[in-house]
Amino acid sequence: MANMRQQFVKTVSDVMRDDRRLVALLGDIGVWGFRDIFKEYPERIYNIGILEQSTIGVASGLAMAGFIPVIHTIAPFLVERAYEQLKLDFGYQNLNGNFVSVGGSYDYAALGCTHHCPGDIGALKNIPNMSIVIPGTAEEFDTLFKQAYKDDSPTYFRLSEVNNAVSQPVSYGRAHIVKTGSKCTVVAVGTMLGTVLQATADMDVTVIYYTTLRPFDAETLRKAVGINPKIIVCEPYYVGGIAFDIMDALKPMPITIEHIGVPHAFLTTYGTMAQQDEALGLTPRAIREKVMKFIA
Amino acid sequence: MKHLRKRILQSSFNAQEGHVPSALSILDIVWVLYDKILNIDAIKAKDTNRDRFVLSKGQASLGLYVVLAEKGFFPGEHVEQYCSQESYLGGHPDKNQVPGVEASTGSLGHGFPIAVGFALASKINKSPARIFCLIGDGECNEGTIWESAMLAHHHHLNNLCCIVDYNHSTDRALVVGDLAQKFRSFGWEAVTVNGHNQQQLEEVLRKHPIHSNRPFAIIAETIKGYGVPSMENNPAWHHRAPTADELKQLMNEIESYG
Repeated sequence: MANMRQQFVKTVSDVMRDDRRLVALLGDIGVWGFRDIFKEYPERIYNIGILEQSTIGVASGLAMAGFIPVIHTIAPFLVERAYEQLKLDFGYQNLNGNFVSVGGSYDYAALGCTHHCPGDIGALKNIPNMSIVIPGTAEEFDTLFKQAYKDDSPTYFRLSEVNNAVSQPVSYGRAHIVKTGSKCTVVAVGTMLGTVLQATADMDVTVIYYTTLRPFDAETLRKAVGINPKIIVCEPYYVGGIAFDIMDALKPMPITIEHIGVPHAFLTTYGTMAQQDEALGLTPRAIREKVMKFIA
Repeated sequence: MKHLRKRILQSSFNAQEGHVPSALSILDIVWVLYDKILNIDAIKAKDTNRDRFVLSKGQASLGLYVVLAEKGFFPGEHVEQYCSQESYLGGHPDKNQVPGVEASTGSLGHGFPIAVGFALASKINKSPARIFCLIGDGECNEGTIWESAMLAHHHHLNNLCCIVDYNHSTDRALVVGDLAQKFRSFGWEAVTVNGHNQQQLEEVLRKHPIHSNRPFAIIAETIKGYGVPSMENNPAWHHRAPTADELKQLMNEIESYG
């Protein structure tokens, strides 16, 4: 099975062959993967270099001239370094662009804070028309990208180094109810689903799965929650990213809500993703304990 | 040009807002572009193969608005409602609201990369369209200017012309020095002109594209507040609107200038 980065190359290559409007700008990563496309469509793919702010600006010019740009680099540089360009050049001008990151949260744990990015979702949620997609598997990325890339608004796709074991029947803009139960509703976002399913395998809980955070699917959440407003949210980025969306979707129902995610603190240790998961309480065992306590 | 300068002053007075000296600094350049150079008019404002002009130093928007109005993109009296709640003409230009505006700008260093994107798109489409972008010398402090200058050279965007409104307003902060030489060292063709000599501006702008694969920089030596002597090179006016008494005096200065 392909990982998400391999799938990104395959999906974008497929779409480029079908849609002559697609132009890819790579921030000097993933270049070898696209070697065939560089030969096939040299006028529509560029290893643009390491200048994220200008890259976003150039992409917006391409978008205004009728192209659909795909911009790909590492999350902190794509989102945090070029944030004002995302906000103004794409957000305020309301242009279609597809921003595909790798290395969100602490996927590159050993590289330290400069290469961590648990803040991407919170930051991008402050750009009012930015769609946000977090696939859980390579196959899900393929589906979601092909459904969303033509939208007349900017869209962020967050690729992850670790995938869920099983793909779900995802659809852009829709949440998916994976299982139903009576004790509470567990909201799992993107790559947290695999961990949540392990943690709650024998529990009488509902699990609802989000791969699109904006537009937020309030309808399916209301259906999943039903009349039992006990909700525990598991997010693979800074904790609390969709808290407002959940409360807004369920109002005026009084709800009891718990949040699990990456704590708002700089990580000062290195190691592997798995070691950071362990340290931050984002393992199946730790999440199981939190859910059991929540429903007790 | 006197009636355009007066409209800039009047609009700023009405709104009690605006970067008037910046608008006066670029006025001759923008006028020559729309009057003599650009393959665009109000009727075919969305033509795919039109030339595009990007005002990257968006704070000078009044200079662009008066020219667009004069060329029929919208009524001139709309400019005089500039910055009011009801107006679509804001302190910085908005491409989704203002007919003829190609890019929303205001935060410095954004318009130039967008113009590079336009130029790249034009090359991909094999379009004859030329791209003109006007930046300020203060804006040359921004890293995106030099990032994008490298990109334009690397991708042989000879359809791109960058005009620098060099009114030396940044000299008090960060001196940018010989900008023609800087652009040449980034692989561009570059010339320096008097940014208020319309004949000289027209002659040099008509040369674009000047090279078979290099972009073209025109360093336009300008005076901030040009045409209103008490405003010229006077930093007190950078972002200040005139009072009623000052307006009367400034209008007289415009009338008796040159």
